[in-house]
Amino acid sequence: MSASFVLLGLLSSGPKHGYELKRAYDRSLPNAKPLAFGQVYSTIGRLERDGLVERAGQDRDGGPDRVTYELTELGRQTLDEWLGTVEPPAPYVSSVLLAKVVVALLTAEPERAGSYLADQRAAHTTRLRELTRSKHDPTANIGDVITADFTIAHLDADLRWLRTTLDRVAELHQETQP
Amino acid sequence: MTILQARGVVRSYGQTPALRGVSLDVHEGEILAVTGPSGCGKSTLLHCLAGIMRPQEGEIHYRGQRIDTGSESVRSKLRRTEFGVLFQFGQLVMELTAAENVALPLLLAGTGRREARTAALTWLDRVGVADVADNRPGQMSGGQQQRCALARALVTEPRVLFADEPTGALDTLTGEQVLGQLVRVTHEQRTTVVLVTHEPRVAGYADRELTMRDGVLDETEAGIAVPSGRHGR
Ligand SMILES: Nc1ncnc2c1ncn2[C@@H]1O[C@H](COP(=O)(O)OP(=O)(O)OP(=O)(O)O)[C@@H](O)[C@H]1O
Ligand SMILES: [Mg+2]
Repeated sequence: MSASFVLLGLLSSGPKHGYELKRAYDRSLPNAKPLAFGQVYSTIGRLERDGLVERAGQDRDGGPDRVTYELTELGRQTLDEWLGTVEPPAPYVSSVLLAKVVVALLTAEPERAGSYLADQRAAHTTRLRELTRSKHDPTANIGDVITADFTIAHLDADLRWLRTTLDRVAELHQETQP
Repeated sequence: MTILQARGVVRSYGQTPALRGVSLDVHEGEILAVTGPSGCGKSTLLHCLAGIMRPQEGEIHYRGQRIDTGSESVRSKLRRTEFGVLFQFGQLVMELTAAENVALPLLLAGTGRREARTAALTWLDRVGVADVADNRPGQMSGGQQQRCALARALVTEPRVLFADEPTGALDTLTGEQVLGQLVRVTHEQRTTVVLVTHEPRVAGYADRELTMRDGVLDETEAGIAVPSGRHGR
């Protein structure tokens, strides 16, 4: 999915071998899950099969991570198209979060759902604070800042949703109290 | 160390209860966020803590000294020398320039004109708006006005800054710049900050967050409203 587009994007500045790609990936998306080596090679393999990248060379002493890849014309077009496509404005609330709350409400006491929500809220708040701090670190570059912004905006939305849900659960609880 | 302490603070407006018994400790040097839904009593709490309003019950202590029972002149001296306030709309004097607005608290405290102006210019520079020193509020953007208000709130080098939705009227990026300045400058001065907001992202600038609901602080440490913590009506 988007990992392959990130790899295409990284190759758009010139050929790179697998190890470089992994490093560059992790550096450009410091808040995302690091890409495992296996994932780099399987993704590259798929991109190669689809004609989006091709081998540009291999170091003499080379193991598999010494193969250099470059973008094909088709790869460049595909990347362009992806960048030009607006994503559907889907609600962000991570599906796991929502599922947990729904399940908690369905299967447990409102207190249980309330305390899950409270814990989740505390975790979100802590992360939000860390990101805010890192963003204002004088050594942060523009990439760090916009990546932090992205996560902050979504955590902010999640937190508002959690707050509203806490209020709803509280009301529900009041109604069920004699 | 606790710099400000509230115990069982109650405050109503006529029949409307705004605070129903609030107790909290503000630690020296921290940025404390107070969050909660509209009408839960955040501004009332801030006004009580800052000595602008008197609670009907309970006690407020500032550096070990009880302040809620002090006379108006005692509390007003406290507000002039120890506290700074920053509201959603800067509340600058429209007829005065930025530099004159910032110099005002010093002039009121008896500082000489030249010295006050020098300090005002220094503070405008520290918050990044030295270039509009001679503009009136009407000739400044919202973000510039708010920074100017921040400079005015800090020019007396207060020990505690009270801020009520200080970026509520600003767009995200401008608000972020103002908050960034606020955090940096208060950190440099070791100023304690009590920050009221309903925006999680603004609370992200705080070291600690307390949440309020229906005139009481939520009990759990993280400031969370568990259903049983709700005070029924
Ligand atoms: N001057 C006033 N006269 C009468 N009632 C008031 C007055 N000021 C506040 N209240 C009431 O007291 C309660 C708490 O108000 P307060 O302004 O402290 O809330 P708040 O949390 O700051 O809200 P907001 O987020 O909307 O600013 C509300 O019910 C409000 O209607
Ligand atoms: Mg208010």
